Amino acid sequence: MIHSLFLINSSGDIFLEKHWKSVVSRSVCDYFFEAQERATEAENVPPVIPTPHHYLLSVYRHKIFFVAVIQTEVPPLFVIEFLHRVVDTFQDYFGVCSEPVIKDNVVVVYEVLEEMLDNGFPLATESNILKELIKPPTILRTVVNTITGSTNVGDQLPTGQLSVVPWRRTGVKYTNNEAYFDVIEEIDAIIDKSGSTITAEIQGVIDACVKLTGMPDLTLSFMNPRLLDDVSFHPCVRFKRWESERILSFIPPDGNFRLLSYHVSAQNLVAIPVYVKHNISFRDSSSLGRFEITVGPKQTMGKTIEGVIVTSQMPKGVLNMSLTPSQGTHTFDPVTKMLSWDVGKINPQKLPSLKGTMSLQAGASKPDENPTINLQFKIQQLAISGLKVNRLDMYGEKYKPFKGIKYMTKAGKFQVRT
Amino acid sequence: MLESNKDSAKLDAMKRIVGMIAKGKNASELFPAVVKNVASKNIEIKKLVYVYLVRYAEEQQDLALLSISTFQRALKDPNQLIRASALRVLSSIRVPIIVPIMMLAIKEASADLSPYVRKNAAHAIQKLYSLDPEQKEMLIEVIEKLLKDKSTLVAGSVVMAFEEVCPDRIDLIHKNYRKLCNLLVDVEEWGQVVIIHMLTRYARTQFVSPWKEDDGLEDNEKNFYESDDEQKEKTDQRKKPYTMDPDHRLLIRNTKPLLQSRNAAVVMAVAQLYWHISPKSEVGIISKSLVRLLRSNREVQYIVLQNIATMSIQRKGMFEPYLKSFYVRSTDPTMIKTLKLEILTNLANEANISTLLREFQTYVKSQDKQFAAATIQTIGRCATNISEVTDTCLNGLVCLLSNRDEIVVAESVVVIKKLLQMQPAQHGEIIKHMAKLLDSITVPVARASILWLIGENCERVPKIAPDVLRKMAKSFTSEDDLVKLQILNLGAKLYLTNSRQTKLLTQYILNLGKYDQNYDIRDRTRFIRQLIVPNEKSGALSKYAKKIFLAQKPAPLLESPFKDRDHFQLGTLSHTLNTKATGYLELSNWPEVAPDPSVRNVEVIELAKEWTPAGKAKKENPAKKFYSESEEEEDSSDSSSDSESESGSASGEQDEGDSSDDSSEESSSEHGSDSESASEVGDKRTAKRNSKSKGKSDSEDGEKENEKSKTSDSSSADSSSEEESSSDSESESESESESESRKVTKSSMLPVMALFVRERGSKRKSQIILSKEKEKKKTKQDRNPLTKDVSLLDLDDFNPVSTPVALPTPALSPSLIADLEGLNLSASSSVISVSTPVFVPVKTHVLLHRMSGRGLAAHYFFPRQPCIFGDKMVSVQITLNNTTDRKIENIHIGGKKLPMGMQMHVFNPIESLEPEGSITVSMGIDFCDSTQTASFQLCTKDDCFSVNIQPPVGELLLPVAMSEKDFKKEQGMLTGMNETSTVIIAAPQNFTPSVILQKVVNVANVGVVPSGQDNIHRFAAKTVHSGSLMLVTVELKEGSTAQLIINTERTVIGSVLLRELKPVLSQG
Repeated sequence: MIHSLFLINSSGDIFLEKHWKSVVSRSVCDYFFEAQERATEAENVPPVIPTPHHYLLSVYRHKIFFVAVIQTEVPPLFVIEFLHRVVDTFQDYFGVCSEPVIKDNVVVVYEVLEEMLDNGFPLATESNILKELIKPPTILRTVVNTITGSTNVGDQLPTGQLSVVPWRRTGVKYTNNEAYFDVIEEIDAIIDKSGSTITAEIQGVIDACVKLTGMPDLTLSFMNPRLLDDVSFHPCVRFKRWESERILSFIPPDGNFRLLSYHVSAQNLVAIPVYVKHNISFRDSSSLGRFEITVGPKQTMGKTIEGVIVTSQMPKGVLNMSLTPSQGTHTFDPVTKMLSWDVGKINPQKLPSLKGTMSLQAGASKPDENPTINLQFKIQQLAISGLKVNRLDMYGEKYKPFKGIKYMTKAGKFQVRT
Repeated sequence: MLESNKDSAKLDAMKRIVGMIAKGKNASELFPAVVKNVASKNIEIKKLVYVYLVRYAEEQQDLALLSISTFQRALKDPNQLIRASALRVLSSIRVPIIVPIMMLAIKEASADLSPYVRKNAAHAIQKLYSLDPEQKEMLIEVIEKLLKDKSTLVAGSVVMAFEEVCPDRIDLIHKNYRKLCNLLVDVEEWGQVVIIHMLTRYARTQFVSPWKEDDGLEDNEKNFYESDDEQKEKTDQRKKPYTMDPDHRLLIRNTKPLLQSRNAAVVMAVAQLYWHISPKSEVGIISKSLVRLLRSNREVQYIVLQNIATMSIQRKGMFEPYLKSFYVRSTDPTMIKTLKLEILTNLANEANISTLLREFQTYVKSQDKQFAAATIQTIGRCATNISEVTDTCLNGLVCLLSNRDEIVVAESVVVIKKLLQMQPAQHGEIIKHMAKLLDSITVPVARASILWLIGENCERVPKIAPDVLRKMAKSFTSEDDLVKLQILNLGAKLYLTNSRQTKLLTQYILNLGKYDQNYDIRDRTRFIRQLIVPNEKSGALSKYAKKIFLAQKPAPLLESPFKDRDHFQLGTLSHTLNTKATGYLELSNWPEVAPDPSVRNVEVIELAKEWTPAGKAKKENPAKKFYSESEEEEDSSDSSSDSESESGSASGEQDEGDSSDDSSEESSSEHGSDSESASEVGDKRTAKRNSKSKGKSDSEDGEKENEKSKTSDSSSADSSSEEESSSDSESESESESESESRKVTKSSMLPVMALFVRERGSKRKSQIILSKEKEKKKTKQDRNPLTKDVSLLDLDDFNPVSTPVALPTPALSPSLIADLEGLNLSASSSVISVSTPVFVPVKTHVLLHRMSGRGLAAHYFFPRQPCIFGDKMVSVQITLNNTTDRKIENIHIGGKKLPMGMQMHVFNPIESLEPEGSITVSMGIDFCDSTQTASFQLCTKDDCFSVNIQPPVGELLLPVAMSEKDFKKEQGMLTGMNETSTVIIAAPQNFTPSVILQKVVNVANVGVVPSGQDNIHRFAAKTVHSGSLMLVTVELKEGSTAQLIINTERTVIGSVLLRELKPVLSQG
C-alpha cells in the first residue's frame, strides 16, 4: 500500500519524509516537481503521477503537497482519502496545519504517522483513539513536560480500539454536560448574467460538539427529515434506525465530530438569499472600463446577511481599478488581478455598492468575457432548506445535559456570471 | 546524551534524532547508541527507538539483532498492546536472518486471544512475505486460519494480506464468504475498501452474470454497451432464465448501506462493486452517492469524475438527472473542468442538448483558454453524436471563427473541418469564409486544416482554390512542416482537377519542396511529382492519380478519450492512469456456468445440497431414490400446503416445512445413493451409510413426486418448465420437483440471511425494481423475511403442522440451522462444528397418558435439532392429542419444578384443541448436561397435570463433524480419567459397519467420523450445555468381541452413555 510520504512546501522543498516499508529515495519526487512545473498552478498538478517504478499520489492542502509513494495497484481514492485524513488529524492536533507547525512538532507528527499506518495499511485513523495514544501538545503540557520530563505519549492504553464503540473512549467525565449541534448549510449556485439561477443545490452538515459523561445514547429527530435527499453518516449513527424511522440514533464520540452530511437535491427549489446587480463593461477603443456592482438581499426570511465578501478574478488586460465602495473595504491585486471587496453586513435600506473605473492595458483588445463574481456570505439562525431539528433525547445516563442547536447558512461555491 | 542516566536527556536526544530522520538526514552512525535504549522503561523513548530501528535496521543488520530478544520478551507480555507493538516492530525490521523468528511470532500471534494482536499478525504476514517470498506456503496457512477469524478488527487486515500474498487462492475465501459479507458493515473503513474489492473479484468468478439477455438486447439497440461478453452471455443464457445466487444477492444487499459512508474510498468501492456485479437495473442507486462525492476535495473529485466519465459512456441514464451537478465553475482547476466537460458530452442527448449548448457558450468565453478549446471540441462531438443539432453547432462554431483569441479560432477550424468532412453537403460558404481566415490565422494545425478542406472541396470552390494556392506558394518557405505538407496536397489536387490554372504553381511548389530541409516533405514532393506529372517513365499509377487523391475519405469518429477505459476495473489505479499498474488483477469475465456454490457453505457435511441456481441444473439428479415412510408422508402434506405458501398468505412455518422436508430428502438421497450414482452429490463429502429402511419402490415414489410437482409448478413461474424437452416422464418429474424444492430451499434460506442482516443492524427494505421474470420470486423473498421473523420469535406460529399421526416434524431443517450457525459469528471453534444428526429416531415417550390426562394425551420426542431458543437447550417436541369428544381449551405449561440451573423455554399457550385433533409444539430445556428430570405442570383450562421429562443421555448431545485427524488429536487430550471403556461380546453379524452405526446413532445423537480403518468406528458429539466433546470409539477385535471407548471431560455422562451403549451393541 502506501510506501512513503513526502511533505513538500510551495517552494518545492521536501521538509518531511516518512517511510513505512523500505526507504524510497527522495529523487522520486523529481517526477513530481516536473509535473508541478508543467501544471503552472498548484491546483492543476494531477493527483496521480506515474513514474517508472512508483506512483505518486498527492493532495494539496494548506499550501503543502502531501505526496504518497505507492508501488502497486491500489484504489487511488483509498490513498487520497487517507492523506486527507492525515491532514485532518494534524489540524486536529495542532490547530493549524502549516509547514512551521509541522516542523516544530516533528516528533509528534512522526509518532502519529507511525500509529496511523502499519506497513502502509491504515491502523488507527480515528482522531479520538490517536489522541489517547499520543496526547496532542498544549502549551501547558509542553511546560510540564520540560519540567518533569514526562512525555506526551499516553501510558494508558487506548480502550476504544478494542471496545464495541471504537470511536468513544471509556471513562469520560465532565462537570458540565453539554451537547451542541450546528446545522450548517451551504448554497452552491451558479447565477447567470440575467440573474436567473442555472443550478443551485444545498449541501448541509451537522457538526456536533458533545461533552457528555459516560456512555450516553442520543437520538436526534427532525421535523422534516424528508428534505434530506442523500446523507452520509459518522460511523456512530445506526443506519437501521435511520432507514426505518428517520431518526438519528448514536453513541457520540467525545468532543467535536461531524455527525452527518446531507444533500438537498437540485430538484427542490432553492431560495437564493442574495442578488447581485452588475454592470461591467469594456469599450473597444478606450482604455477605460466601467465597473459597478450592487449586492442586495432576496428571500432571507427576515434575517440579515452578514460577512459578505465579493471576489472576482479580473481579466488579464486590467491594469488597475479605481473604485469607491459605499461600505466596507476593497483591494485589488494588480499581479494576480484579484478584486476583493469585504462588504460586511447588508443593510436592506441602503444597499452596498462598489463603483468606479478600470484602466486597461493600452492597445490590448477588450477581454471577451466579463469576470465571474464569487460571493461569500453568512446568515445566522437560518437553515435555508427549512430543515429543523425536532428534539434531542438522551438515554443510558442519568444526568440532564445542556443542549443547544444552532443554524447557519453560508455560501458555498456561489458564482454569478456577468 | 543517549548514555545519560536521565530519561529526559535520552528523550531529548531521541527527539533530535527523529527530527534528523524526518528531514532525510542520515543518522545511521548512532545506531549502537540507540539500540541500547530499546529496553527502556520509558514508553516514549521506546517508541522513538522503534521508529529509529525500523528506519535503519536494514542497513545495520548485525547490530539490529541485539534488539530482537527484547521483542521476543515483549511478545509474551500480558498486555495485548505491548504484544501487538512488539510484533509490529519485529516484523518491520527487514533483516532476513530473523525470518524464522518472525514466522514463529506470526504463528503465535495469529492464535492470540486478542483480536488486536491478530490484526497485527495479519499485517506482519505481508511484511514477512515481502522480505522473504519463500515463506509463502506457510503464510498462506496462517492466512487461512486468520480468514476464519470472526473479529471485525481482523477481517480487513487479513484480506489485505490475502490480496498481497495469494490473491489467486480464491478457494480460501469460499468458506468465509458469507461471514465477510455479514461482517462488512462493522469492519473499519479501510478494511471495507479492501474487502469490497476482493469480493468483487470473487463474485465475478463465482456467480453467473446477472445481466440478462433482454437487458442486453435492449441496450445493444441503444448502443450502450457493445462488449463481447454480452454476446456470449446471450447465447448461453438464451434458454435459461436467470436466478440470482442468494450469496450474490447477499453481497449486493450488504454493501448498500456503505454507500452512505463518509469515506470516499468506501463509497467508490461500493460503486464499482455495483457496477461490476449487480444487475443492470440496480446500478442506478450508486449515482447519487457518487455525485455527493463531488463536493469534496479536488483530488477526490478528480478520481470520481474519471470514473463517472467511464460509466456515463456506457449508461447515460444513470447520471442524467444530475446533469447540473457537472456544470463547470470558473474556480474549478482545469483538470476538473475538462473532466466535467467530458461527462457533459457523454450525457448530451436530444432533450438536453439545447441547455447544454447554452452552457457551453459560456465556457467558450472562459479565460482559461485551454478549457475553451476543450469546449469547442466538445461541441464538435455533440454535433456528430446528435444529428439534430449539427447545423446549430456548425453555425455556432463559425461564429467563433471571428473570435479574437487565436487558440479558440484554431480549435474551431479543426472541429469544423471534422464536421464538414462528415457532411460533405453544401457548405461552400463556410469554406470560403475559412479561406479568408487563412490570412489571419497563424496556428499551423488550423492552417493545415483549412488547406486540406479547400483541397478536398476544390471543385466546389473553383475560384478560390487556385488563389489560395497562389498565396501559399508565396509563403511556402516560412510555413510550418504540417502546413507545407498540406500545401503540397492542395497543389496536387488542384493540378489534377484544374491543371490549366495551377500547373505552373504546382510545379513551383514541388520545386520548393524538393529542396526542403525536412525529409518528409522531400519524400512527399517526390512522390507527388512521380504520380501526377506525366512523364515518359510514369507507370500505370499516374492514370489513377485522381482517384488516389480525391477518393472519398471516411469521416473521422469523434470519440471520448474514456472509451477504452472500461476494461479496467473502476476505482483502480490502472483505471485512473489508463495503463496497467503493477499488481493489477484483471477482473475476470463472468463464468458461463456458476461453480459449485455449495463450497461457500460453512459446514462441510450437512450442507450437501448442490443447489446450482435452479435454472442451471443441467443434469438430472437421479440420486433420490429412497424415502423413509415418514418423509414420504410429509412430502405429500407439504405439497398440499405448497400452493398456499405461494398464494401470499404464506407463513413462515410452511417454508420451513418445505425446507426441512427438502433437506431430509437430500440427506436421505445422499445416504442412499452412495452405492449408485451419486453423480454430483458426493464429491467432497465422506461416504455415509444409510441406516434407514430402504425399499420404497421407485414407481410409487415417482407418482407422488409427480403430483407434487404439478401442484407446485403451476404456482411459480419456474425454470423447471424450461426443461420439459426431455421425454422420460418419471425422471423428468423427479428432476423438476428437485429443482423446485431446491428453489424453495434457496428462497427460504435467503430470509434467514436477511434476518441475520437485520439483526446485525443493516437490514433495509429492498426497494429494488426487478425485472418481470424475477418479480415473482422476489416478492416471495421479500415477504418471507417478515413472516419468518415472526415465526422465530413467536412460538405459536412456529409449528402447528398438525399431522394426524404423531410423527413429529423437525422444527427447523438441519440445513437451516446449520446455515444459521454458519452465519453466526459466535459459533464454536472450528473443530467443534455442529453437524446434522445422522439419524433421528422416531421413538416417542409418553408424557401424559390419556387416561390420567382426562382425555388429553401428550407424547414427547427429541428431534435432535439444535434448539432455537438457546444454544444450551435441548429441543423437545411435544405432540398433544385430544382423545375426548369436546374441545380442550387453553393448554399451557403451569408451574415448573426444575433442579438447580436447569432452564426451560415453554411453548406458547394453545387456545383450543378440537376433538380428535392433535398439535405439535416444541420447547427447549437446558438439562445442564445431566439426566435429571424436568418436572412441570401441563395445564388446560380446567385441570393441571404434573408431568416429567427425563432425557436419555444420548439426547444431551449434539453431533459434531470432525476429521479423523482431529478426532485422534482430541482423543489424545482426553485420556486417563476422561476415558472409560468396556468390552462387548456379540455375534459377528452384529458387527457389520451398518449395524453398529445404526445402533449407536439410535441411542445417542452423535456424528460419524470418517474412519480410515475398517475395524474402527468413531463417533463424535458435544454436550449441549457445556459443549464438551464426547468421543465414542468402537474397535472391533478378533473373535466376536469389540472394545467400546468413550472419551470425554464429562465423565459422568460418559459412563452413563457407556452403560447404555453396551447392552444395545451386544444384544442380537
